[in-house]
This record gives sequence, C-alpha cells and structure tokens, in this order.
Amino acid sequence: MRVQFKSSYDDDINLFQDNRHRIQYGILILLAIAAPFVLPEYFVGELTQIAIWSLAGLGLMLLVGHTGQVSLGHAAFMAIGAFANIALMARGWPFIPALIASAVITGVAGAVLARPLLRMTGIYLAIATLALSVIIEDIAIIAEPVTGGVSGVLAPIIELFGYEIDRYGTPTAFYYLCLGVLLLVTLMYANLLRSPSGRAFLAVRDSEVSARALGVNVANTKTLAFTLSCAITGLAGALYAHMVQVVNYESFLILISITLLLQVVIGGLGAMHGAFLGAIVVVLLPQVIATLRDLVNAHTPIALGNYPGMDMAAFALIILVMVIYEPRGLYGVWLKVRTWFQLFPLYRKGMFRRSRTYLKTERMR
Amino acid sequence: MDVLQLLISGIANGCIYGLLALGFVLIYKASEAVNFAQGDMLMLGAFLGITFINTGYADLPFLMGLVCAALVLGAFGYLLERFVLRGIFGQPQFAMVILTIALGFLIRFFAGTVWGHNPMSLETPFTGQVLRFGGLLIPMVDAVIIGATVLLTTVLYFFFARTRLGVAMQASSQNQMAAYYMGIPVKRVNAIVWALAGVVAAIAGVLFAAKGAVEPSVGLLFGIKAFAAAVIGGLGSLPGALVGGLLVGIVEPFAGRYLPSGFGQVAPYVLMLAVLILRPGGLFAQVSQKKV
Repeated sequence: MRVQFKSSYDDDINLFQDNRHRIQYGILILLAIAAPFVLPEYFVGELTQIAIWSLAGLGLMLLVGHTGQVSLGHAAFMAIGAFANIALMARGWPFIPALIASAVITGVAGAVLARPLLRMTGIYLAIATLALSVIIEDIAIIAEPVTGGVSGVLAPIIELFGYEIDRYGTPTAFYYLCLGVLLLVTLMYANLLRSPSGRAFLAVRDSEVSARALGVNVANTKTLAFTLSCAITGLAGALYAHMVQVVNYESFLILISITLLLQVVIGGLGAMHGAFLGAIVVVLLPQVIATLRDLVNAHTPIALGNYPGMDMAAFALIILVMVIYEPRGLYGVWLKVRTWFQLFPLYRKGMFRRSRTYLKTERMR
Repeated sequence: MDVLQLLISGIANGCIYGLLALGFVLIYKASEAVNFAQGDMLMLGAFLGITFINTGYADLPFLMGLVCAALVLGAFGYLLERFVLRGIFGQPQFAMVILTIALGFLIRFFAGTVWGHNPMSLETPFTGQVLRFGGLLIPMVDAVIIGATVLLTTVLYFFFARTRLGVAMQASSQNQMAAYYMGIPVKRVNAIVWALAGVVAAIAGVLFAAKGAVEPSVGLLFGIKAFAAAVIGGLGSLPGALVGGLLVGIVEPFAGRYLPSGFGQVAPYVLMLAVLILRPGGLFAQVSQKKV
C-alpha cells in the first residue's frame, strides 16, 4: 500500500501525484506513438477513430460529467465544427487556422445557444438539446452554400508543413495529427479542472444552491462550460469530417448524439478517463461482435447474419447492465479493482456504496 | 375549407402525439423521470395490434385485439419496472434517462427480429370510410382517434384527481420518503404506473397503425415529436400533454404548407424551444416557485 506524503498545498492539485504517476502516463503516450509501427494498418484506422471519439467524448464529459448538464444534442456541434472546417478550407484557409476557427465558431454557437438553453435543467435540457440535434439535420440541408445541401461536401486534403495528410493515403500521419490534437486538448482539460473555473464546474454539478452560496456565478459558469464543451466537440467534428471524407446531413444523425452520451456514461461520468474508455468500447464493440458472429456462424447452424442491428442491441445491453450494477461506468470498475489491489487484503464490500437519493419535487399539483 | 381540412388532419395527428405524450406524463408524474422508450413502446403496441387483429395472424375483432394488445403491453410495462427499472431505485433521474434509452434500442432490435423491417399497416373495420359534414370530409380513422383520445384523457384525468390509487401515485412522486411513511407502497405504485403507461402506449400504437404504416424505427422520431408535445404542455400535466400534442400536430401540416420546404419538419421543435425559452416549465407549468 502506497501512502502519498503531501508537503505543499500544490500537492492536491498537481497534474501528477508523483513520479510513478508521471512514468505511467509517459509510457501510455509512448505506446500510443509507437502503435503505428507495431500494429497493422487496419488497427491504425481504428486507433484514429478512438482518438476522435475520445475527443468528442471529452467535450461532452466536460458538460455532463463535470458540470452536470445533460446534453443529448452534441452531434449538432460536431456538425457545426465539421461544416465550418470544410467550408473554411474550401475558401483557401490553411488547415491549422481552419481547425482553430472551427473550434471557435462552434464555441461561439454554443455560447449563443447556452443562455436560453441553460435556463432549463435536467430532463428539459436533455430534450431541448435533443431537439437541437433534430433541427441541425434540416439546417444542414437548408444552408446549402456552406453545407452543400443534400449531397454534402467533400473534405479537402490536409496540407501541413509541406506534407499532404490524407486518411487513406497516409493513415499514420492522420493518426498522429488526431493524437496530437487529443493530447493538447487533454492537457488543457486537465489544467482547466484544477483551475478555479474547473472547480466552479464541479461545484455547480454537485449543488447549484451551495455553489451560488459560495460566490460562484452559476449562469456564467454553465455558459462557460457549454462553450468549452462545444468548442472541443467542434474540433472532434472537424477531425471526424476529415476521417469520413464526405460529410452531409446524414453524417450527424440524432443517433450519434445518443451514442455519444451513452459513450461517456459507459466510460464513467465525472472522470476524464471515462471519455477514453467509452470511446474504446464504442469503436471496438462492433469489431468484437462481428468476430463473435463469424465464430458462431462457423461453428453452429445459427445464422446470426439474419439479425441486423445486433451491435447496437449489444451496446444497449451493456449500458443496461452498467447503469444498474455499476453507475460509475468502466472507470468505476477500474477504481474498484485498483483499490482492491492497493488495499489487499483489506478491501471491504461496502467501500464504494453510494447514498440513495429519494425523489422530492416542487410540483404541487 | 382547405384550412379546415388541414386543421382536422392536424388534430388527428396531434391526438396521437398527445396520447404518446400522455404516456410520458404518466411516468413523469409518478417518478419524475422521462421514459425515452415510450415511442418504442408505441411501436411495440402497434405491432401487437397488427398481430392480434390482421387476417393471417390472430384475426381477432378490432376491439378484442385492442384489449389484448393493451393487456400484453401493460403486463410488459409492469414486468419491466419490476425486474429492470427497480434496479436503479434510489439513483438520480439521469440513470433512468440512460436506462430507458438503452431499453428503446433493445425493443427496436426485438421488433426488428420478430416482425422484420418492412412497413406494415393495420386492417380496421373503419379503414377508408369517410364522414361528411357539408363539404368537409373527415376520414373515419381521424374521428375514431379524436374520440378515443378525448375519452382516455378524461378517464386518466379523473383517475389522478379522484381515485385513491391516482392520489397515491401523485404522492409518491412528490415526496417518495413521505409517501413511504404514509403507508403507500411506493415501489408497487411505480410498477402500476408503468403498466398504465404500457396500456396507453398500446392504445396509441393501435390507433397509429390504423392511420399509417409501422416499422421498427418509427418509435424514435415519433417519440421525439411527442417529447416536444409533452414539454410544450409542461411535463406533469395531463391536459397539457393533450394541448401540446394538438399544437404540434396542427403546426406541422400548416408549416409544411405555407413555409418553404425544409422548414416544415423543423417547426414543432422551434415551437418547443420557443415555449421552453419563454416559459421553462411549459404552458401548464406546475412549479410556482423553487424552494431551497
């Protein structure tokens, strides 16, 4: 069992607890950088997808996991980021300014929408953002000069420092691009969480009333969280556009919004790790199911190919089990396992028991 | 005359939205959570209705089939609460949102596996019949839908306002702990609410199938429009759900007719966002002031 000896106030908010912690994450980053040299090309594509969905997940995690505002419409912001990026690049902008501009545009769109949206709480907010996600599909068709109408737009090839980066031509370079953006955003996110604004987010999530009593401006804090969340999601949308190459109104269906929310829940709300774990599940689950299906088809007379939509159903089943038995998601499972090893043999069953909340409402009719 | 015709078809559509919204409101009244699988339960009800009523399947008379579908889906709702949703009793409402979204996916997969993905429609005794009032043509289906909706809303309204069980449901949603202390079996009441939501979904589903074709994915988009309806009315108010449903139903054809193409589908959601921004609690808001 390791005991951390704190010798300054900064020890509570440092990015890394100690050198061991630093080395662990260093190894993880090295592994991520080394992956394209070791793995076959197909898996590099999968890793790129994981990086992009992790980025989108981080955006939503900031809002849902750390500020406590449920959004069921984040695909809309992915769409804004994607269309903004492609439209700017088509008008001659270089890639990096266009990427940054697409994050800014999405952030501004989020900030404009945040004020009216965040007057609502809980379920109402979830439904309002869900409506946003439906509306964006139609807007993508109506706003033809930017979005190319029904047929959509084609993502141009990225030129960066004289190199041409293309998802199919140079998958490794595209992977490093996504990884680089992801690492930068992760670092900014981690720093944000230990700043006063980040702590204000957590305060708002845990209790708006007590946050207000402690001098947090709740409306501004929520707006800031929504803006940053949208900006990160917009970045993810821009990268996603370059990955799928063709973007139209069907690229950001409501199902993507829902999957994104389920992704952060499965990963574990309230922990940055959750966004990454959830992305791994979302990207790899269809592969695992396809492999299993081939196995079953090969060894038994049951033809599972006759049941379309099985990966979505399996995903839903995992969510179901997760919400009932482990509401803190995969990261919660990991925490328990880690604690079990750290405290061995002193771990007790009730250590992670949550207090129950009972329903009480202000509705009087 | 043209406007009247549009109005009537809008009202009939709106009634189905309203019925679905009633299902949301029922669950919301009892457990302050929104059932994101309600649209999929409607789809399931529609398919059950087709199975019980259509020739080539069980071939029952229309009303018998409706009752059977309602019973089956009611039992489904009860068992769902008893064996799945009770697992998250005591967790925040957000868990319920996620859980019902996942349930919706599972129901859709189940329906796709059993009934396939081709659109099906219901054979009813009144298909194709038309009522005439002067120059006004009212399809019999629309008349039946409007009548059934008004009846069901009235029954449910009095159920919540006057019966012991209805009042117990309201009590258990307003303060679970206090309801426990007063001797209300909160868990069983919740299960009954889910059964009731299943029955309402079955009725809405059968009426929906009488009007148009059903396929497994119909529940999701239809459900989202019904959310809009329930939210416009103010979640938690039965008459509000009906009014919201009617508004959405009426706005849709008129927007499709008089606005440039593409704006028609968006109109219900814009209406909802407008209502939410101006009156965050919906038209029939039930929270007068927030206590600390």
